[in-house]
Amino acid sequence: MDAILLQILNGLDKGSAYALIALGLTLIFGTLGVVNFAHGALFMIGAFCAVTMQRILTISQTTIDESRTDFLGNPMKVETPYVENWFGPELGGAIIDWAVPLAILFAIPVMICIGFIMERGLIKHFYKRPHADQILVTFGLAIVLQEVIKYFYGANPIPTPAPAAFTGSFDFGVLLGFDPNAIIYPLWRLVYFVFSLIIIAAVFGFLQFTTFGMVVRAGMADRETVGLLGINIDKRFTIMFGIAAAVAGLAGVMYTPINSPNYHMGMDFLVLSFVVVVVGGMGSLPGAVLAGFLLGILESFASMNEIKSLVPGIDQIIIYLIAIVILLTRPRGLMGRKGVMEE
Amino acid sequence: MGILEVKGVNKRFGGLQALGNVNLSVTENTVHAIIGPNGAGKSTLLNCLVGKLIPDTGSVMFDGQSVLGRKPHEINQMGISRVFQTPEIFGDLTVMENVMIPCFAKRDGSFRLHAFESVPNEKELVEKAEQILIDVNMIDQRNQHAASMSRGDKRRLEMAMCLVQEPRLLLLDEPTAGMARADTNNTIDLLKEIKAKRDITMAIIEHDMHVVFSLAERITVLAQGTPLVEDTPENIKGHPKVQEAYLGQAHG
Amino acid sequence: MLGLNSKDTKFLLIVIFLTLATPILLQPFPEGSGMAQFNAGYPDLMQRFAIYGIFAIGFNILFGLTGYLSFGHAAFLGIGSYSVVWMYKLLDYNVIWGLPLAIITSGIFALAIGFISLRRSGIYFSILTLAFAQMSFALAYSVLTPLTNGETGLQVYRSDKQVLLGATEPTSPHFFGIVMRENFWEPSVGNWQFTFNNGYYFCAIIAILAFYLSLRIFRSPFGMMLRAIKSNQQRMNYTGLNSRPYTLAAFVISGMYAGLAGGLLASMDPLAGAERMQWTASGEVVLMTILGGAGTLLGPVLGAGFIKYFENIFSKINDNVLHTWFGFLPDGIEDFMVTIVHPFVGKGWHLTLGLLFMAVVIFLPGGLVELGQRVGRLFRRRDINSADAEAKAAKQRANTPAE
Repeated sequence: MDAILLQILNGLDKGSAYALIALGLTLIFGTLGVVNFAHGALFMIGAFCAVTMQRILTISQTTIDESRTDFLGNPMKVETPYVENWFGPELGGAIIDWAVPLAILFAIPVMICIGFIMERGLIKHFYKRPHADQILVTFGLAIVLQEVIKYFYGANPIPTPAPAAFTGSFDFGVLLGFDPNAIIYPLWRLVYFVFSLIIIAAVFGFLQFTTFGMVVRAGMADRETVGLLGINIDKRFTIMFGIAAAVAGLAGVMYTPINSPNYHMGMDFLVLSFVVVVVGGMGSLPGAVLAGFLLGILESFASMNEIKSLVPGIDQIIIYLIAIVILLTRPRGLMGRKGVMEE
Repeated sequence: MGILEVKGVNKRFGGLQALGNVNLSVTENTVHAIIGPNGAGKSTLLNCLVGKLIPDTGSVMFDGQSVLGRKPHEINQMGISRVFQTPEIFGDLTVMENVMIPCFAKRDGSFRLHAFESVPNEKELVEKAEQILIDVNMIDQRNQHAASMSRGDKRRLEMAMCLVQEPRLLLLDEPTAGMARADTNNTIDLLKEIKAKRDITMAIIEHDMHVVFSLAERITVLAQGTPLVEDTPENIKGHPKVQEAYLGQAHG
Repeated sequence: MLGLNSKDTKFLLIVIFLTLATPILLQPFPEGSGMAQFNAGYPDLMQRFAIYGIFAIGFNILFGLTGYLSFGHAAFLGIGSYSVVWMYKLLDYNVIWGLPLAIITSGIFALAIGFISLRRSGIYFSILTLAFAQMSFALAYSVLTPLTNGETGLQVYRSDKQVLLGATEPTSPHFFGIVMRENFWEPSVGNWQFTFNNGYYFCAIIAILAFYLSLRIFRSPFGMMLRAIKSNQQRMNYTGLNSRPYTLAAFVISGMYAGLAGGLLASMDPLAGAERMQWTASGEVVLMTILGGAGTLLGPVLGAGFIKYFENIFSKINDNVLHTWFGFLPDGIEDFMVTIVHPFVGKGWHLTLGLLFMAVVIFLPGGLVELGQRVGRLFRRRDINSADAEAKAAKQRANTPAE
């Protein structure tokens, strides 16, 4: 029992990331009708927003401390981050420690801007082109973004720690009446899961309860009719693209303490996220979220030793296997709408 | 016993009864028109005949065999060809290639990998394709890309593609929709000419009464998914029920 | 000749000539000159031109003709390589055993994967093929280690049986004694040095055959059917044709091409690794085909050559080279130019590739072939109106097989 719970918990953080990326992909696909292969790159850029934030906060002033000497006997150089100079070592240190959550504030405007530029500058011209062309051009864009990040940040993963307050683990077992240490769960993963739930709730609430969201939903169902009503749907869709980019970016920012970001993480997640979208049903937002968590948890189960010894290698292929089965038995995915991408 | 027998066909889309107990019999070698106001279920009926939709209940028999449950390509092999409302042609291919494909298909619908050897009796097939292009007056455009042609030309090409298969039943879905009057008359002449030249049964769905009364030998009037009357054009013209179906809708 | 009309025969002869003359044509700069690094006439690179050319020609039969975009063709490349290395391990280093096996096994895999994937079209087909390829990659990397030797990659060890290995037989891949890595002629004319390599000519002859077959397929009724499927599947069905067997045949043929290419990779270098099956490798062949011109005969080969050339030559350009190039400029401008160009060369050549690829998809859907045609038209100075109309037609994607 506790082992099962542990696996479910383990699957949640990856599932959260899948769900958030798939949500953005579906928003873009559902509203703009564009298959965006660069969406993984947006996730990756979000992660590097956190890295950038960390770097900005640790920009240091070099002072020479005469009282201490280094091993050559010269006066020692001391690097103090400007933040600590300004706010004092305590508060400054705390700000640096909280670089990742703070990066959210930085990432939202950056990601929305990137989203706007992408949509206005490139995607807009591909609405009427075949899906294959959309895939190809966004695939090219993904390569470019990835290479740009690699140029500035190098090819190696960059460790970006969570705030010290969240580095510990949380003992779920005690909470549920199991033995202590039976279910140990890293705190940051819990934070990530809660964070993703908030984002998902925010996106759904936004679509459900605002006029803007209503128009967008109507546009997802029938773009032409909404256009005929004289509503400027294009402008709203641009904003939706920005939001989708921000969602992917935030997913990336908060993911950095779980896995050190590197330039190809976007592509790694993209392939899986597409599988998630297809399993959930192309164009269905609840489907994307559901399938994201479902596949994350199933992947975690498949990596249990008991299961691996039964079916070797299953942890590597489970997601693809499920995708194939679902696509063949339920072509529209778990919750897909009729008529989406069926031609 | 007609070549096409539709019996008791029902089709629902959710709460909407698109077809309710449709019975229809098309006699061999006649031109049978199906008319009716918008939303009468004409296109749904047509889609049920060619395998695009499967009716909820009822039977559709073509030449004594059921077409239900068969795929569109199998139904075509039985001898039913369809002309669409918006021309469905191979836009990336030349006019000649467009006509060659049904020629190959007619010869034998099953899969043959003619990748390295040429098709036996290819010469014959080419002659046949050329002949049909002469018939529809398109031989000069044989090397043109189909996508770059006018709408009227596309429609004629589509008809040629269907005719070259020598179908026993030709289904025409509003063959003159969106055409200028002159083009419409040309199409009527073309269809008449085809009818005169060979044994062929045609079922036409049409809005334009001019076309219907110039061509049809029998007319079925559909309204709200059910056949209202079936009779000769002369009798349909003054039929009170028909006027009610059209005018009643126009006023209400 | 050979079932081709005179125009195609001429075309084929030109391609044959270019392929056979490659060691000379790609060595235009004399040794020791500043431009010598742009020479591509060395065996390793030329072999890759031919092999990836075959890969792209095969991919084009599927994507260029039917429009089905597979993101999983690298799986067949890997399967081909593994087959050949296994034949080395079991029999001997003669590639005559491995290559047919590579074609057959990849054909069988393509039949199975295609049978399932082709039940869906559009993006669903792309995702299905991607899923299958990623599965093959993951399996080759982990569970199938006894067959694939996992991360290390499959190679021949001394302990391997090699039952047919004769005492005097070469201990590297060969074709009835013709050793792939040896050169049969290394003439130098003045400062120019040329290398005529066994392996390259082996690949080149196979590539010519592969090209000839694809030419026949393009011109055949089968090819016409495939183009019809791309153009309008609905009409295809209502013409009494089931499109599935045609697309499946195209998928299997292109899978066999990929298997052959993979087999040849292992014929040049007796190694096979799982990373050959990764989806980035599948993406690469998509890039090659689009860049060169999907649906055209020569495009994929050009695209393959282009990408492999850039990969090898451009990635070698470092800052020192850049400084010598811009040396004639004043110092400040020289440094500035080097800084500007630096991100795009050397390790950054992927960036250039990505930008180029985007530019091609946006502005030149017909790829390099279309570019060539446009430039050709400019030179011929035809009347402007007709050129405009043709450019418009070409913009709707070069679907007809053009030279």
